[in-house]
Amino acid sequence: MPKVTVDGVEIEVAPGTTILQACEQAGKEIPRFCYHERLSIAGNCRMCLVEVSPGPPKPAASCAMPVAEGQQIKTDSPMVKKARRGVMEMLLINHPLDCPICDQGGECDLQDQALFYGFDRSRFAENKRAVKDKDFGPLVKTEMTRCIHCTRCVRFATEVAGVEEIGATGRGEDMEITTTIGRILTSELSGNIIDLCPVGALTSKPFAFTARPWELRKTESIDVLDAVGSNIRVDARGSEVMRVLPRLNEDINEEWLSDKSRFAYDGLKRQRLDRVYVRDSGKLREASWDEAFTRIAERIKGLDGRRIAAIAGDLADCESMLALRDLMAALESPNVDCRQDGAKLDGRVRASYIFNTTIAGIEAADAALIVGANPRTEAAIINARVRKRWLQGGFPVGVIGTPADLTYRAQNLGAGPRTLTDLVEGRHDFAHVLEAAERPMIILGSGAVARPDGGAVLAAARAVAERFGAVKNDWNGFNLLQRASSRVGGLDLGLTPGIGGRDVAGIVAGAAAGDIGLVWLLGADEIPMDSLGSAFVVYQGHHGDVGAHRADVVLPGAAYTEKNATYVNTEGRVQRANAAHFPLGAAREDWAILRAFSTVIGKTLPYNTLAQVRARLIMANPVFAAVDGIVPAPWQDFGTAGAMTEAPFIDPIGNFYMTDPISRASVAMARCTEMIGAGRGATGTHG
Amino acid sequence: MSAAIQPETFAFTPENSAAVEAIVRKYPPGRQRSAVIPLLDLAQRQNGGWLPRAAVRHVAEMLDMAEIRAWEVATFYTMFNLEPHGRACVEVCTTTPCWLRGSDAVVAALEDELGIRLGGTTADGAVGLREVECLGACVHAPMLQIGDDYYEDLSPEDARAIARDLLAGRAPKPGSRIGRPGAAPASGPKVLMEKKA
Repeated sequence: MPKVTVDGVEIEVAPGTTILQACEQAGKEIPRFCYHERLSIAGNCRMCLVEVSPGPPKPAASCAMPVAEGQQIKTDSPMVKKARRGVMEMLLINHPLDCPICDQGGECDLQDQALFYGFDRSRFAENKRAVKDKDFGPLVKTEMTRCIHCTRCVRFATEVAGVEEIGATGRGEDMEITTTIGRILTSELSGNIIDLCPVGALTSKPFAFTARPWELRKTESIDVLDAVGSNIRVDARGSEVMRVLPRLNEDINEEWLSDKSRFAYDGLKRQRLDRVYVRDSGKLREASWDEAFTRIAERIKGLDGRRIAAIAGDLADCESMLALRDLMAALESPNVDCRQDGAKLDGRVRASYIFNTTIAGIEAADAALIVGANPRTEAAIINARVRKRWLQGGFPVGVIGTPADLTYRAQNLGAGPRTLTDLVEGRHDFAHVLEAAERPMIILGSGAVARPDGGAVLAAARAVAERFGAVKNDWNGFNLLQRASSRVGGLDLGLTPGIGGRDVAGIVAGAAAGDIGLVWLLGADEIPMDSLGSAFVVYQGHHGDVGAHRADVVLPGAAYTEKNATYVNTEGRVQRANAAHFPLGAAREDWAILRAFSTVIGKTLPYNTLAQVRARLIMANPVFAAVDGIVPAPWQDFGTAGAMTEAPFIDPIGNFYMTDPISRASVAMARCTEMIGAGRGATGTHG
Repeated sequence: MSAAIQPETFAFTPENSAAVEAIVRKYPPGRQRSAVIPLLDLAQRQNGGWLPRAAVRHVAEMLDMAEIRAWEVATFYTMFNLEPHGRACVEVCTTTPCWLRGSDAVVAALEDELGIRLGGTTADGAVGLREVECLGACVHAPMLQIGDDYYEDLSPEDARAIARDLLAGRAPKPGSRIGRPGAAPASGPKVLMEKKA
């Protein structure tokens, strides 16, 4: 452990630490542009210069120099100050003075560091260079004249996102950052280069010129547009979400965010349900809450519980799902389901429906088998973590299902469930790879268990996990990759059919046949609405998607940015989202709507406040007590024996950019769909 | 870089394809992208001295590397010409040693004789004239380069003669115009006399 002295303070650091990291450990701030702790070291901005002795009598780039025993490091000597001023003056030579019209203003590293470390005037009287803007696609706006060539975006695309589409062409003063000629970025993580860019060269296209960072109210929250549960910060002005940024969480999203989670927020402003509607002679008309509740109550009166059904959608929060479950229990209806996709999962064994390895745990695995999933589109952040592990080497990946570009090398083992059996019986070469692995992991797609033979596929995947030692004392390598943020929470709360109850397919069939008289849809839009027959449909949700169009009564709920709510991500991690602003118009928090309705029918639910709902959540399932934590799930028998068909696994997400009512209403996502394409990278702006 | 002159596709000739294989074989398996510079050079030679986008793409595909990576290499080195510049391209050095020895007069003579300015190409596309930085032949300054050949110790008259040859479609004779061998002083070798063969 080398000892070094930073500004007179001696500290001991791990071998291989860079001088910059040592200075940070000593509590000294080192300015930098190109250095980023999650990217490779470039050492090209020269802003991190410090004085090091013994060594050459000149400033040293601290980001690229490892510490050595007995080094004396000075971060505030006259030499360092002069060097920083010089670098800053050089950087500003070609940087335009357009801060007043630059979106980065107020959160710009260059601005801040020029203020703190820069020279107070410029001696450069010549013309500044101008660079033609590049087309990075529908999400990233470019102003390449502002670029200072730190190459963070190039390194991010190459290393983290795994798409070699950005590069630096030319050299010296003619150097330019550009995408492959005539193409736009096709990464699902492209928005992160906006955060990485230390200047205003890469900014958010949808956010362009709409707000200044200091006028936004910042709320720390949780993303729900996939099941990763990325930690986000919602920036709002009044009752409008202006942008969504990632928040650091090493266990989940590190500091990245997928493009859908980052840019679909404009869908929150369109097609919103902000008033109560009831259907009169075929047409929806505005109504009051009382009228709507009375209308539903009239319909329920005299209806046997077996003829009532409820379906929770993919974006539902745990509080409202609990209230829905309790309401259905009060109505003596066994027909409750949270599995819109028809997944053959039940809440019995928690290990069967969560990502047991945990996202951070992926880095400890030494082989992976992906079954019927495309993590790149179903959970882009998790895919980035798998790639991160793959880059470290010694991580063979096998895929059963549709071949896709996952950004890492993956061996295609087969198309359908038969390959699972082959693996268990050792008939496949990849069995040796899994055999040799100490900590193998299996990622089973939620689409693979939504097939008619899903239960058998689940059992077969469990057999593979057990056969190859993926589950042992300190390691659980069995993972179900969910893609709906409500699914784990719904299963934890037991939103599955009770005794003799119907699942989603049964409810739809029952409604079509007239056996089901009333269907309560809690944000459920992904079921065949045309098949609901003459059933009375209550749609509770925030978007006027297909559910609201079919509904007889529309109850306006709150979107994820408008309510304090609990979500459980695919890892089984309970997280709390916070409201960035109040629900729109007449809309209310969803649990409160269900609670209010319960009073109308005289079956008042036993909670009045959010705290009481949350207390009941913990009563319903103790995992809800461990907010932000992971409760390891005990390994038990699950899955159902049975024959599996020969049908190949299919990619359940056709279009990464549009998977839920919010992203379907988003203009930015529509543009991505059009320009980048559902097929990912299939097209571009050639020419 | 107008799109009009960019060919849609590029492919190596059979002879060059053999050369490509020989070049790629020099590098260990999995490291074949080290061959990117020689391959781009080969493509440029095959394509009459300039490197179209399609050729860069083709080379990248052959070496299993991202197109942008090959494009970075092609744009970094000034010896790769990304647009056509005349069948014979006269590259005159004007860096300090050549300039001290009269490169301005050489450039003026060439511009006058060819009827074009630095950076231009004659109307028939036969000859292009470009200014370049030091080509490492300072001892024989002033000098210029055409293709792979150096023309050294130039007087303005020598430059005119070279220009006339090019316009007439003749190949000028490369080397020193005052006939001095190697890097010897202009007045003849002064040292290592005993080694004379």
